[in-house]
Amino acid sequence: MTALIATEGVSRSYGAFVALDGVSLSIAEGELVSIVGPNGAGKTTLVNVLTGLLEPTAGVVRFKGEDIAGIGPVRLARRGMARAFQLVHIFPALTVAESIAVAVISQTGRSLRLFACAKKDAALRARVREVAAIFGLEAKLDSEARLLSQGEKKLLDIASAFALSPEVILLDEPTSGVSSGDKHGIMRNVIDAAGRAGVKAIILVEHDMDLVAEYSSRIVALTAGKVLADRPPAAFFSDPEIIAAVVGKRVGKLAQGA
Amino acid sequence: MKLAFIVATLLVLLALPSVAQPYYVTLVLPAFAYAIALLGFNLLFGYTGLLSFGHALFVAIGAYGAAVLSSKLGVRSFELVLLLSGLAAVAAAVPVALLSVRYVRIFFGILTLAFGMLFHSFLFKFYDLTGGDTGIRVLRPSLFGNGYEALDKTAFLVGPFYYYCLALLVALAIAMWRIVHSPFGLHLAAIRENPRKAEYLGVRVRFFRLIAFLISAFYCAVGGTILAINTGQADPELAYWTHSGELVFMTVLGGFASFFGPLIGAFAFIFLKSELMGATQYWRFWLGAILVLIVVLFPRGLVGIGQALWTKVRRA
Repeated sequence: MTALIATEGVSRSYGAFVALDGVSLSIAEGELVSIVGPNGAGKTTLVNVLTGLLEPTAGVVRFKGEDIAGIGPVRLARRGMARAFQLVHIFPALTVAESIAVAVISQTGRSLRLFACAKKDAALRARVREVAAIFGLEAKLDSEARLLSQGEKKLLDIASAFALSPEVILLDEPTSGVSSGDKHGIMRNVIDAAGRAGVKAIILVEHDMDLVAEYSSRIVALTAGKVLADRPPAAFFSDPEIIAAVVGKRVGKLAQGA
Repeated sequence: MKLAFIVATLLVLLALPSVAQPYYVTLVLPAFAYAIALLGFNLLFGYTGLLSFGHALFVAIGAYGAAVLSSKLGVRSFELVLLLSGLAAVAAAVPVALLSVRYVRIFFGILTLAFGMLFHSFLFKFYDLTGGDTGIRVLRPSLFGNGYEALDKTAFLVGPFYYYCLALLVALAIAMWRIVHSPFGLHLAAIRENPRKAEYLGVRVRFFRLIAFLISAFYCAVGGTILAINTGQADPELAYWTHSGELVFMTVLGGFASFFGPLIGAFAFIFLKSELMGATQYWRFWLGAILVLIVVLFPRGLVGIGQALWTKVRRA
């Protein structure tokens, strides 16, 4: 298996503060890798480096073999990596169809068609429908995004990222702000959609150990900017020391159960 | 309903020169000019979410373009004047936009304001080039090669020039309609709604803001050439910041959330201003008061008021 994404000795410091310290990891096709760790462990910095938003102060970050240090979100999207945020990011006044179309337009290189009619573009509409259907949003195509329920907004946020036809998708706490009853529904929906959409790997940043335990194929734990553990869920949750370091007491009972 | 309204308005505008007094017809010309300028201005403001307080700069470039071309370089063809003035505005807009689109909200507004004032000082101080505070005369252009020498100035303005500008407004409005409904237009709306999210969906935020800015500069310059030909003069007041403020005023008055809002705002503003100036010397005060009322009570402008009334009528 070749690595889709790989970092080698990635460090990032802000002045004297070292947020990431020699992080090496690799993510291959077919994996769902969760990144966990206590607040301040460097998760966000790592995610920003992985998505080309931040340039590491040392080390290399590669996506499909190419250096992506600091290339920025637009070019990253073009190369096949999409990102959905922890807080819901939507276009409040755009409809569901328009929101998804934004991604389809950039992915298919339609964005400089100044005088074409977006609504009459049959291929565009078909693709928008297809993506909306995967997330169960077909009935809401003409609703403004701001009028959706919180769970639907979350789905729309993720759906628009999927509309880029990415090879890798990075989900930053995809179920935060969603009721605990919905969270598994959303996760299953996303993983299922990823399979159908040809997504090759998923990176999940998550606090919720339930989800991490259930869906990950591998877990990377960060503490103080370093990789503390990088192993499959069974091995991860059977090591109480790691769990204590990552999540404190909260998951004590989960560790026993796993 | 919308279509019927547009057709009716066009019919009235077509008939106007034959039924109304020339004074009112000459008032419609600046309304055409501002309507065109605001089509561009609102691409940036209403659609892309960038409020410029310096767009009089591009109106002035259009006006001075017409002045320099007609008085100093002997270019009389209106088509050529429009094209060259528009391109000059686009060229001037490139550096302004490159710097300004790095910022949003108040920072964008202040930067564009600064550029506008810079140009105003340039017009004022470089007397030899710009005629200083008196400006430069603008000579009557030829339309499609026809100089209409037999007509006096007013007859030319309320006759062929009026219809030419009306046709120009319609053509540029159709072009803008297509732009805002295109995939490109959708990307602009995405930038307005959430630039960060847009970026992650592959939207080149700054580049598209730049393009929207350049298009808006072109439209403003076209408006400026019409204004200058109508008054026969290009003067520095055109670039003054209060003139930029008037562009904002008209757009808000009509309603920036709607495609037709700025067009309606341009007409309403011109007639309001003319009536108020005739009625009282405190017309600026009353204009200000009206703007305050609109912003507080009807943030969607005249179009919003119209839509609210229409829903009431239909329910009744």
